[in-house]
Amino acid sequence: MSANNCRAVKVIDVKPLGHSSPDEEIIELKLEYPGWRSGWRVGQFVMIRPVSWPLDLIWGRPFSICNADDNTLTILFQVVGRGTKRLAELTTGDKVNIWGPLGSFFSKPKDRPILMLAGGMGIAPFCGYVDSHDQPENLKLFFAHRPPLENYPLNSISEKVEVEDLRETKPEDILNIIARIDELVKEYADKKGLIVACGPTPFLRTVRSASIKYGVEAELSLENRMACGVGACLGCVTKDSTGHHTQVCTTGPVFKATDISLED
Amino acid sequence: MDMSVDFAGLKLKNPILTASGTFGFGLEFKRFGNLESLGGIIVKGLSLKPREGNPMPRIAETPCGMLNAIGIQNPGVEVFLKDRLPKLPWKTLPVLVNLYATDATEFGELAKVLSTEEGVAALEVNVSCPNVKEGGIAFGQDPSQITKVAEAVKKNAGNKPVIIKLSPNVTDIATCARAAEDGGADGISLINTLSGMAVDIERRAPRLTNVIGGLSGPAVKPVALRCVFQAVNAVKIPVIGLGGISSAEDAAEFLLVGAAAVQIGTANFLSPDTAFKIAEELPKVLERVNAKSLDEFRGSLKLPK
Repeated sequence: MSANNCRAVKVIDVKPLGHSSPDEEIIELKLEYPGWRSGWRVGQFVMIRPVSWPLDLIWGRPFSICNADDNTLTILFQVVGRGTKRLAELTTGDKVNIWGPLGSFFSKPKDRPILMLAGGMGIAPFCGYVDSHDQPENLKLFFAHRPPLENYPLNSISEKVEVEDLRETKPEDILNIIARIDELVKEYADKKGLIVACGPTPFLRTVRSASIKYGVEAELSLENRMACGVGACLGCVTKDSTGHHTQVCTTGPVFKATDISLED
Repeated sequence: MDMSVDFAGLKLKNPILTASGTFGFGLEFKRFGNLESLGGIIVKGLSLKPREGNPMPRIAETPCGMLNAIGIQNPGVEVFLKDRLPKLPWKTLPVLVNLYATDATEFGELAKVLSTEEGVAALEVNVSCPNVKEGGIAFGQDPSQITKVAEAVKKNAGNKPVIIKLSPNVTDIATCARAAEDGGADGISLINTLSGMAVDIERRAPRLTNVIGGLSGPAVKPVALRCVFQAVNAVKIPVIGLGGISSAEDAAEFLLVGAAAVQIGTANFLSPDTAFKIAEELPKVLERVNAKSLDEFRGSLKLPK
């Protein structure tokens, strides 16, 4: 038994990024590092439930690990519902229960071109990906987003790797994003590269289709509603390539594109 | 304080069990606590053949509770016995298996498969799942069916204790409890989830694909406590209480109305170490309220005259 896998840690900082309306605001939550003896891997996630939450919110909330060092664990989130609204109200010194690191992770091959595809909050794991990769010169990020670019913590990424972005402000923009993803995936297929992607399901569906069409290896990190994060509730399942339910929390969240179906 | 419990011949080191469907196969929680510090674990409901369960979305958070319509997704009894059970410390941790089937005959078959398994301490029979079309709650609402299923399982269970898990979605829980006893059950557990629903006014659609699901969590505790109280007073066989228990104090309430043991369910999702903490804290709570022993405290509720 390791108590480190579930413990209360202090909030170090809660900071809105950029200067946007509340419904576009991205929050950077910095927590004390939970002291995981075995460390963590990029693509893994944590469950967070503030100690102060009463029983009207039952579940913790899952978040990709954005980054971590010996002292600090960083999470990114956008206020979209009851839970994230309350998380945004945390202040320095508050305590949150955190359990993790959970789930599978991205591979980080050396000497191979890697295309990171991020949709919205799917940017989170790529902050840590860039920081922990031995050869960031092999990386490129394509980022599709709705809130303004300055609302995202892109500085640390853009200092090290090439970043290309497309903002969705109207429905037609989605077609441009899909077209660009298709071009980029083809390019990385020709280079025998690796695609790593994180974002909402429609975004990942586009990436998956393109990667299969061009025969390029792709790893997708799924976002899904979950109650426990540890494989018990079975509320987060997705269909695997054979049509069977598989758990996003424990088999994933990072899957090979060919291992899941992502059908409606 | 001695916290051990003899439940129909099943020796538990304390009265804290984990509820089926909320604790996986136990292995998922090994990293969050010492499984052997629990009275026992009740694993995810098993059927003879693997089941995929219902389409997504199949969980929804509601105030002080959650709705689920998982639909008994499970890998089937064979996979459990081959791949999961051997990894559990079943020699020192009672592993209770929850059974799901669509008719009494199939329940009997399932019981037979498990009756000779050394690592299986007892059988809990799910006659009350609200999330499956066949079987499930249909049994749980018909006392004659409860008796029939209890008889079928008991006949095939060898020397394993048989516990019937009852639904609260009935008019008279005492009648259902007696029906289980009449069928030869060694104990009963209650409550399973309350039938419930949640809708999204933006999409004008149900939050669950199944439309209706089972409500669990702190929201259901008063209903559960009432059902346990009525069941305890209706039968001679021991009763396991569950429904909304999220603290040692909650557990003590169920013991006070007469439950022999309790199960921790949805609270395992509040934090994966909840059941371990409740097992650790329960003796302190009993001492705080001046209980002389677990046996003295159990069922010592003072009713108005």
